[in-house]
Amino acid sequence: MQFLKLVLRNALRHKLRTGLTVAGLVVAILAFGLLQTVVDAWYAGAESAAPNRLVTRNAVSLTFSMPLHYREKIRAVDGVRAVGAANWFGGIYQDPKNFFPQFAIDPAPYFAMYPEYRIREDELRAFLRDRKGAVIGRKLAETHGFKLGDTIPLKGTIYPGTWPFTVRAIYDGAEAKTDTSQMFFHWDYVNETLKARAPRRADQVGVFVVQIDDPSRSAGIAQAIDRQFVNSLAETLTETEKAFQLGFVAMTEAIVVAIRIVSFVVIFIILAVMANTMAMTARERIGEYATLKALGFAPGYVARLVFGESIALALIGAALGIAATFPVSAAFGAKMGTLFPVFEVSGATIALQVACALAVGVAAAILPGRSAARIRIVDGLRAVG
Amino acid sequence: MKAIPLAYSVRNLWTRRLTTALTAGGMALVVFVFAAVLMLDAGLRSALVATGQPDSILVTRRAAGTEIQSGIERSQAAIVETSPEIATGPDGAPVVSKETVVLIAQPKRDTGVATNITVRGLGETGPLLRPQVRIVEGRMFRRGTTEIVVGTSIAERFERTGIGERLRFGGREWTVVGVFDGAGSGFDSEVWGDGDQMMQAFRRNAFSTVVARLADPASFDALKARLESDPRLTLDVKRERRFYEEQSEVLSNFIRILGLTLSVIFSVGAMIGAMITMYAAVANRTAEIGALRALGFRRGAILVAFLAEALALAFVGWAVGIAAASAMTLVRISTMNWQSFAELAFSFRLTPEVVGQSFVFALAMGLAGGVLPALRAARLKIVDALRAA
Repeated sequence: MQFLKLVLRNALRHKLRTGLTVAGLVVAILAFGLLQTVVDAWYAGAESAAPNRLVTRNAVSLTFSMPLHYREKIRAVDGVRAVGAANWFGGIYQDPKNFFPQFAIDPAPYFAMYPEYRIREDELRAFLRDRKGAVIGRKLAETHGFKLGDTIPLKGTIYPGTWPFTVRAIYDGAEAKTDTSQMFFHWDYVNETLKARAPRRADQVGVFVVQIDDPSRSAGIAQAIDRQFVNSLAETLTETEKAFQLGFVAMTEAIVVAIRIVSFVVIFIILAVMANTMAMTARERIGEYATLKALGFAPGYVARLVFGESIALALIGAALGIAATFPVSAAFGAKMGTLFPVFEVSGATIALQVACALAVGVAAAILPGRSAARIRIVDGLRAVG
Repeated sequence: MKAIPLAYSVRNLWTRRLTTALTAGGMALVVFVFAAVLMLDAGLRSALVATGQPDSILVTRRAAGTEIQSGIERSQAAIVETSPEIATGPDGAPVVSKETVVLIAQPKRDTGVATNITVRGLGETGPLLRPQVRIVEGRMFRRGTTEIVVGTSIAERFERTGIGERLRFGGREWTVVGVFDGAGSGFDSEVWGDGDQMMQAFRRNAFSTVVARLADPASFDALKARLESDPRLTLDVKRERRFYEEQSEVLSNFIRILGLTLSVIFSVGAMIGAMITMYAAVANRTAEIGALRALGFRRGAILVAFLAEALALAFVGWAVGIAAASAMTLVRISTMNWQSFAELAFSFRLTPEVVGQSFVFALAMGLAGGVLPALRAARLKIVDALRAA
C-alpha cells in the first residue's frame, strides 16, 4: 500500500510531463485499436460465413458466369438441400463513391439460406409480389435515408441502362457482425430484361449459393458438384463460403499486412516517448534513489519504484485510450458507411491494447530501472539532477 | 539583436544523447510512415500513368468503368475503326487494336492462393500501341496460335508462368513463350495473347475494348464528340492515359486518406515526445537561461535558440526517417486493384515532392512540439532564473 502510494505520488510530481506522456499513450493506444478494428472489418465477411453454405462459381474467375441450367444439376447432387442463383450487379447509385453491394438473387431459396437476414413477414411478401422490388439492409437504409416505397435508380455498369428498384423490405442483422449494407432484387427480373436487351447474355448466373445438410461433408459435396461440370464450357469451382470470402481478403493481403505493420509502428513511437520520459525522470531522481538505498532499501525495491511508475502511466493511458476507442470507432464506422459493413471493436483488440501498453510500460523502464538499482550510494548522493 | 549561436542548440542535443535519440527516433518513425504512404501513392500513380500513351484513345461501352465490364459489338468496333482521326500504320491500315480482356484466377507461387490476373487478347497492332513494352526473355507470341507472353510481375509471382510452361483457361492450354517488361506500367501484371484466339476460347462475340492511336492528339475532342453522339453507338471514348488514371482513383484515395490520417495521428505522439524533451531541456537549464539573459541576450534570442533546438531535433528525425523510407524503393507491392478487380504490382517511388513534403512535415512537428517550451524559456525572469540555480 505504502509502495503504491509512493509510485503514484512520484508519477504526479511532474504534472505536465505525466499529462503529456499519458496523452501520447492515449493517442497511440486509440490509433492501434482503430487499426486493429479496420483489419477485423476486412475479415468480417469471412467471420460471418456459415459452415453449411458452399459457393459455386466459374473456375476461370468470378467475372465469368455459368449457365442457368447448372442449378438443377447442382440441386441433384447428394447432400445438397437448396441452391440459389446470385449475380453481382455492380450498379452505381448517383455517384461511384456511394458504393454498396447489389445482388440479383432467387429470393425464396436465398433468404431461406441466410436466416441471419431478418425480414418482417409482410415486407418479404410485398417484395415477392413486386418484380421490381428490392430488399435492403438497415445500415444501407440509414446511410442514404431510404424508406419503404422509395425508388433507388441504379446505373448499370455490367448490365447497361438505368434500373429503378422500389424498396419493399428492410432487413436487420441477427448479430452485430451481419452485413446489413447490401441490396437484393429479383434475379428473374434482371434476366428477363436482359433477354429483351442483350439476349446472348441472358440465362447466365454469377455464383450459386448451395446449402448442404451436413457441414462435415462439405469437401466431398464440393468435389461432387465440380465433377458434374468437368470438361464443360464452364467448369466450376466450389468452396465453402468462408474460403470464398477469404479469397477476397487474400487478394488485398498486401494492404492488410501494411495496416498491421503500421499499427505496431505507433506502439514503437510511443515506446520511444515513454522511454524518454522514464529516462529523464530517473536521471533527475538519482539523488533520491541513493538516499533510499542509504536508508536500507534493497536495489530491487528502487527498481520496482521505477517499473511501478512506468507501468502505472502505461495502464492509465491504456484505460483512457480503450475508453476512447469505442466512441471514435463508432464515429469512424458511421463515416465510412457501407464501405466497411461491419465495424466492431473486438475483445481480442482490447486484449492486444492492454498487452501493448504493458509491454511499453515494462520496456520503457528497463534501462532507467537498472541504472537506479545499480547506482552507488556515494555517486548518487554526489550527483546533481 | 544578437543571436545565440546555432552551435549552442546543437551541442545541447549532443550532450543529452539518449533523450535526443529517443525523441528523434519517434519522429523518424512518423516521417517514415508519412513518406512511405506518399511513395506508395506516387508509385501507384506512375504505374497507371505509364500504362497509357498520350496519343492513344480507349473506347469502352458506355458507363462500363473498367475493361472487364465493357463489351463492344463487332459492328460498333468497325465504325470506330474507320474514323478519319485515327492514325494509319506503314501498311496503310489504321492503328487500332480490338481487344479481349478477361480475368483468370491463378494461384500465387509463394502462398498458393488464387488471385485474379488480367489476360489481354490483342489485335494485330496491339503491341505497336504499347511502345513501352519490350520482350526481355523468349519471344513475342505468334498470331493464330495459343501462345502467350507474360509480364515480369506475373512471371515472378505466379505458378506455371515460366517459359515453356502451360496455363489452362478457356478450355485450352496456352504455352508461355516469352516474358515482357512494361517499364513499370500496369502491363507488367498482365498476360498477353492473340485476341482472335481468346475470343474463340471464351466463346465471345464482342470485343472488350478498342484502343487506337490518334494521327493528331488535338483531334481527340472532335472524335469523342462525334462518336459519343452517334446514335448507332453506346460508347465512351477516353484518352488512354486518363482511363488508366481513373482506374487507380479508388485505391489511390484509400492509400492517401488512410495513410495521411494515420500520419497526422501518429505525429501527435511524436510532437508530445518533442514537447516533453524540450520542456525538460528548459527546466534543466533555467539557470543557464538566466545567465544568457544577464549577459544581454534578449527574450527573442532565447526563443529562437530553443526553437532551433527543436527544429534540429526534427531535422535528425527527418533525415533518419527518409533514409529508412528510401530503402522501401526496393520493395514491390502487389495487391488487387478494386476497380479493375485484378492484380496490380507497383513499387514505392521516392520523388523530390515526397522528400520536400516530408521535410516540411517533420519541421512542422518540431515547431509544434517546441514552441510552448521555447515560449516558457523566453518568458523566464532573469532574477528568478538565476535564483533557480
